[in-house]
Amino acid sequence: MGGAALWTAGVLAVFVLCVCLGSVTIPLRDIAASVFGGEVSRESYRAIVTWTRIPRVLCAGIMGASLALCGAAMQGLLRNPLADGSTLGVSSGAALGAALSIVLGVSLPGLESAGPAAMAMLFSFGSLVIILALAWGMDRNFATHNIILIGVVFTMLVSALLSILITFSGEKLRSITYWTMGSLSGKSYEQAALLAVGLVLFGTPLLLQGRELNAFAVGEENALHVGVPVRRVKLTVLVCASALIGICVSIGGSVAFVGLIIPHIVRLVSGPNHRRLLPVSAFAGAIFLMLADLAARTVLSPLELPIGVVTSLIGAVTFITIFYRSRKGGVR
Amino acid sequence: MLSAENLTVRYGSAAAVSGVSLQVKEGEWWVIVGPNGAGKSSLAGALSRSVPFEGTVTLDGRDIRSFSPAEFARRVGVLSQNHGPVFGFTVEEVAGLGRYARRGGFLRREDPEGPEQLEKALALTGLTSLRRRNMFTLSGGEQQRVFLAQVLAQDPALMILDEPANHLDLPFQQELFSLVSEWLKTPGRAVITVLHDLSLARLYGTRALLLKEGRSVAQGPAGQVLTRENLRQVYGMDVFAWMQGMLAGWQE
Repeated sequence: MGGAALWTAGVLAVFVLCVCLGSVTIPLRDIAASVFGGEVSRESYRAIVTWTRIPRVLCAGIMGASLALCGAAMQGLLRNPLADGSTLGVSSGAALGAALSIVLGVSLPGLESAGPAAMAMLFSFGSLVIILALAWGMDRNFATHNIILIGVVFTMLVSALLSILITFSGEKLRSITYWTMGSLSGKSYEQAALLAVGLVLFGTPLLLQGRELNAFAVGEENALHVGVPVRRVKLTVLVCASALIGICVSIGGSVAFVGLIIPHIVRLVSGPNHRRLLPVSAFAGAIFLMLADLAARTVLSPLELPIGVVTSLIGAVTFITIFYRSRKGGVR
Repeated sequence: MLSAENLTVRYGSAAAVSGVSLQVKEGEWWVIVGPNGAGKSSLAGALSRSVPFEGTVTLDGRDIRSFSPAEFARRVGVLSQNHGPVFGFTVEEVAGLGRYARRGGFLRREDPEGPEQLEKALALTGLTSLRRRNMFTLSGGEQQRVFLAQVLAQDPALMILDEPANHLDLPFQQELFSLVSEWLKTPGRAVITVLHDLSLARLYGTRALLLKEGRSVAQGPAGQVLTRENLRQVYGMDVFAWMQGMLAGWQE
């Protein structure tokens, strides 16, 4: 697995780079000193590195890996190149929960600042239950076209509710935008830890579905005929991807494009085999979101862009470039 | 080997197959024939567990619903009509999926025979030189060969082929059917084929099931089932005269 080592090294290198750069550039030896103990050239660097940069870049990396992994798995499962972790509608449900919490001032006793995040998570799981119940009610097999249809309808319904909320939100509009466009500003170690637990808990089952997703991507009926436990695989992927997306949205808001575009770019480079595609997408997603977050906080510094704007801009341009180059070089 | 009792397939309230019974024994090549909408593919779908059905179907005496997907796939290989990957997999990757049930399971045990079986399947279907080709760059016929290679790699005891000659040019039709009859010579195997082409059915089938509007009109030895009278009754035309007319056109 030389590839895995290379990707890990790449992720680490980008991680260090993103911790170095920002509104103030912090030299490498000061970062080492802050982490491992030692003299720093300015005392403020230690606080920036330890309490601002590292948790934020950690969150970006883990979230990027989660989003891209979910996107790759959902595209394979639904045989749909437009699918990603949000296709089921869970992330819009989560955004609605966060917005409700902001507008109504709902919060958890003892965890006042975590109100929107907790509501987002609650709503994402609620949405997942509703969507799966609807799909189950339509037919007992979770037919992929039904899932996509229900996801689209559910997303529309939730967007409408969100628009109504925004109409009445007044000066709270900015905070709601934060959830709908995503931001990783002010993230803590606790949040990074929650994301990491989510990735291990729900990402591992996804990573283990490589062969099954290959069979799905070739054809669901074909998957059944070669012996794939079709319904179990569907339920595993839908639940794990949606749960992971729910956690991501509740922490960083809904960051568009990563789950959609990263698997496509990876596929262009290393082929559609999910046993490679899933892990490589996770690595590439981590690198991509760390860099996108770096751009979000540096390009217009001291102003900060919503990260969803950056991912969409970079993602679209990168994808079009790679796509056209690869088309010129032959079909992939 | 395979036995169906009173098999019915419904789509909503309409029955596509009603009360069909069938006994498939080792060494037999069953052909299921009948006009469009007779329920041929629905019957094949029920026997291959991709379509829900009423009635009983047993494989080696055991209800086919009781098999796990992998257990069933190790015994029954299916070549269906609708497939075609969305993403650009290679020939080898798609054919190799046939080995899934041999290595699946919770502990993912290895499949020592896998590489050899895959090699054999690719060689038999003439795909060895195309193994690294992207599926998108293949013709419809070549794609069909890849899925046949997948079924061969699966190494089942029973093959269910739904219109296998679709998309295939004449030489490969001939190749495919001789390949399957060669495959059938190994003891313990059987084939069920849904066919439109009555000449192929007559040439290769040892047993035939003639369907009309979801019901079995006749079944038994192919020569006794595919008769002028039976075909006239099912197709509503003199199939023999039509075929003879076509042949006469060639002789002139």
